Amino acid sequence: MKITHDTIERKTGLLIALVIFVVSIGGLVEIVPLFFQKNLIEPVAGLKPYDPLRLVGRDIYVREGCYNCHSQMIRPFRAETERYGPYSVAGEFVYDRPFQWGSKRTGPDLARVGGRYSDDWHRLHLDNPRAVVPDSNMPRYDFLDRPITGPSVNRRMKVLKTLGHPYSDEEIANAESVIKDKTELDALIAYLQGLGIQIKASKGQS
Amino acid sequence: MNDLLASGFLAPGWGWYVAIMTVVSLLACLWILRANSTKKEHSAEAQLHGQNEWDGLREYDNPLPKWWSNLFYLTVIFAFGYLLLYPGLIVTNGLLGWSTASRYRAEVNEVKAETDPIFDAYAKQDVKTVSVDNGALKIGGRLFQTYCVQCHGTDMRGSKGFPNLVDNDWLYGGTPEAIETTILEGRNGVMPAFTAALKPEQITDAAQYVLSLSGRSTVAAAVGRGEGTFKQTCAACHGPDGKGNVALGAPNLTDNIWLYGGSLATIVETVTKGRQGHMPAQKDILGEARVHLLAAYVYAQSQEQAQSQLQSNRKP
Repeated sequence: MKITHDTIERKTGLLIALVIFVVSIGGLVEIVPLFFQKNLIEPVAGLKPYDPLRLVGRDIYVREGCYNCHSQMIRPFRAETERYGPYSVAGEFVYDRPFQWGSKRTGPDLARVGGRYSDDWHRLHLDNPRAVVPDSNMPRYDFLDRPITGPSVNRRMKVLKTLGHPYSDEEIANAESVIKDKTELDALIAYLQGLGIQIKASKGQS
Repeated sequence: MNDLLASGFLAPGWGWYVAIMTVVSLLACLWILRANSTKKEHSAEAQLHGQNEWDGLREYDNPLPKWWSNLFYLTVIFAFGYLLLYPGLIVTNGLLGWSTASRYRAEVNEVKAETDPIFDAYAKQDVKTVSVDNGALKIGGRLFQTYCVQCHGTDMRGSKGFPNLVDNDWLYGGTPEAIETTILEGRNGVMPAFTAALKPEQITDAAQYVLSLSGRSTVAAAVGRGEGTFKQTCAACHGPDGKGNVALGAPNLTDNIWLYGGSLATIVETVTKGRQGHMPAQKDILGEARVHLLAAYVYAQSQEQAQSQLQSNRKP
């Protein structure tokens, strides 16, 4: 059978198959090669998968919707690197599922907030942001000073291990004892203090 | 750093895969366009289509309008031009050698060419000299308002746990050099928790003695009992007279200036639980050239404050 314009228009199944073929070319060229690009899939030097406390903290960050007001993505513009530090690179987010890049900055970017302030500062600031930044409009998170709840952290780590995060069996076995007696506030602060510390301004950006 | 994208793949073939797919797609677009533009109007097939009729609507198969197909040709020409100049094909960086990183470097270097001589000139002078330079103080003030106010406040007076920088009471010393070291390297307070080493009554008595050092104790008997504890335990860092030690960051307890509060309850809390004040090191974040100007600014402000205090004390 000769395939003509006429037959394609009359046979909808064929039309659908051909449309999918044509549209998929874009994805095959623009998306598939990214899965094999080193600087997108390999972690930057020094990046480790989240330890149990930081992993719990990250889940709290997501649960509280911090990404609604805080981005974690410093773009390669001088104005941004002056304020926040070296621009973000893909290799910093390989253990983020999903990444917390965000798209709105009601508050400042947090991609390199790790080590910028003391733990005590974060404690005061999360309890009441106005205590340290008088004109802040961030809500209070004073309720976070409570025990960690939710699915066991071992299970969360096991799932991430199946996705390729290099946790050792020992780390997973000890996870519960690491977060024992910690509060949600402790976990969130541990998460924040580890953000973006692998790349330093002093080393220069290649 | 090698900016060539093709070298960043797990297998080198991916660059060619992208390049060939892209060029073939563009050529396919051209072919479809041409095939649809060259049909003669009222050809046999067009006549055939002309007979297709759905509810009185007839379909024709006329060629595309010239203005439209010509615009399409232009976009294809543009695409080839773009792929020649920019790294769209992956296997080549393009004639312009453009990349996000190179554009960023150019932007930064342009400003650096302007600002580096200014910072370099100040870096050659010592902090004290810089601290009386109006231009330097303006830059230092801006830096302070951007990077330091979150903890030390816009008025530099700090808050509970964050030192006041203009009261001339220094945990680690107020010389220009000490201030610069503090900002560059950061500081870690190490007041231990004495909950295990001392009994609660001993802590309360020692706190009463600490209050007496600034003349505020109300229970003379407790002061007497607390003195022994203080000399044995606290004096190691705070000194036998309680005047502190800038080498350790142990505060002076006799001047009635308090980082965490000077009430009996707060002092008891401080001794019981300890305090771990932490000033983050700025060397890796701001760099030495800026810290130099910040140190000069902080030193200048503290000196100004000292001058005005001196003057107000002299007035009757």
